[in-house]
Amino acid sequence: MAGVAVSTTINGDAVEYLCQPDEPLLDVLRDRLGLTGAKEGCGTGDCGACSIILDDRLVCSCLVLGAEAEGRRIETVEGMAHGDRLHPLQQKFLEHAALQCGICTPGFLIAAKDLLAKNPDPTEEEIRFGLAGNLCRCTGYDKIVRAVQDAAIVMKGA
Amino acid sequence: MRYIRPLSIEDAVGQLAGSAGPAAILAGGSDLLVRMKGGFVEPELIIDIKGITGLSEIRATADGFSIGAAVPCAVLGENAALKKAWPGVVEAAKLIGSKQVQGRCTIVGNLCNASPAADSVPALVAAGARAVVVGPSGKRTIAVETVPTAPGRTSLAKGEIIEAILLGSQAPRSADAYLRFIPRTEMDIAVVSAGVNLTLDEAGVVTAARVAIGAAAPTVLLVEEAAEALIGRKLDEAALERLAKICSGACRPIDDKRGTIEFRRKVAGVLARRAAQTAYARAGGK
Repeated sequence: MAGVAVSTTINGDAVEYLCQPDEPLLDVLRDRLGLTGAKEGCGTGDCGACSIILDDRLVCSCLVLGAEAEGRRIETVEGMAHGDRLHPLQQKFLEHAALQCGICTPGFLIAAKDLLAKNPDPTEEEIRFGLAGNLCRCTGYDKIVRAVQDAAIVMKGA
Repeated sequence: MRYIRPLSIEDAVGQLAGSAGPAAILAGGSDLLVRMKGGFVEPELIIDIKGITGLSEIRATADGFSIGAAVPCAVLGENAALKKAWPGVVEAAKLIGSKQVQGRCTIVGNLCNASPAADSVPALVAAGARAVVVGPSGKRTIAVETVPTAPGRTSLAKGEIIEAILLGSQAPRSADAYLRFIPRTEMDIAVVSAGVNLTLDEAGVVTAARVAIGAAAPTVLLVEEAAEALIGRKLDEAALERLAKICSGACRPIDDKRGTIEFRRKVAGVLARRAAQTAYARAGGK
C-alpha cells in the first residue's frame, strides 16, 4: 500500500503526515501524531469517545479516514486548555466530578464544546440530546449534564 | 488499496467504471468505514466524492431542491427552506445516528446502502424524490424507490454514481411526515417506519397522497392502495382505519430480535395512520 501524504491543521497548527489509505483518522491522531486524547471505544461510531471537530462539525474520528483530513481543520481535546489554564468545561467537569474512569471524557468535552459553540444557552433536554452520541458507563450522565450547564453560565459571562 | 479524491463527477465515474477490483464511493463514510472495519467489504479503490464541485450543496432549482450526494444530514436540518417545504424528509434524515454521525452521513449513502430500515428512504419515496444517476453512458433521473432492489443491493450499474436527490417544490396545502418505531428514545434502527405526503384542496379533502413503509419488507414499500384509500376524502376515522389496514396487509416483514412479524404488521398501520395525521395537520387540514 502506498502512503497518502496529508497536510492539515490540528488545533491551529499546520501538521503533515503520511497514512495508509484505509487508516482511520483516530489511528493517525493517536499512533502517528501522539494525540491520545481521542479514545477508541467501539471503533464503529456508536460511543463518541473519539469525537473531534472537523471543519466546525462534530464527528467520530473513527469514521473519518486520515486521508480525508487534507486541507481541513481539526480540533481535538488537546486544544481546549491554554497552557495550565483549563477550558471552563474541563474545569466544571472536575468540580462536578463529571468523570470516573475518564475514557469517555475527551469525547464529552469536545461534544460539549461543539454544543455550546452552536447553542450557548441550551436547556437540559438540548444538552441530553446534544450529547446522546457519547456513551458513559460510569457517571449516569447527570453530573456531566450539570457540569455542562455550569460551564455554559461561566462561558456566557466571559 | 488506493484512496482518490476526484474533482469532477466524470473523473469519479471513469475511475469507478475502470477499476478492476471492488471500488467504493466515500461520502460520509458512516456505513462504509464500519463495513470495512468489520471485514464485510475490502475495496481496492476508495473514491472520495467530497472534492467534486456542487456535490456538497443544497441548491434551489426551478422546481424544488437538488441535494448533493455529499451533503451531510445535519446540513439538511439547517436549511430553513428545505425544512419548510419537506419537514418529513428532514425529520427522517435527522433521525439517522448521533450528532457525530449527522455531521457525516448522507441521504444518498442511506439510499445506496440499501438497508430495508433506512430512515430517510421511506420519507424520500413518499415525497416522490428522484435520484440523478451519472454513469459511463451519461446521466439519467430515476425514482428513488427503484434504487434499492434487495437488502444491500441497488439497481445501479457498474460505474454509476448518484450525484444528487431531487425534490419538487411542494404544491399549496401539501406536507409530508415521517415516523418510525424504535424501542429506545433515539439512536436506534427503525423496527418499522412510515412516510406520508399529502396534498389537500381548500375544503381539506385529500387530492394526492403517497404512502411508504420502511423496514417491513426487503425494500421500502410504496403502498399505492393506501394512498388511494385517502384520496377524495378528508382524513376521517374510516379513511384512517382503511389506511392502517392496507399498510399492515402490505408488509412482508421478518421475525427478528427487534420485532416479530405480527408486531411489525400492526405497528406499520399505526405509524402510517399517525404520519398521515401529522402530514394532514401540517398541510393545514382540520
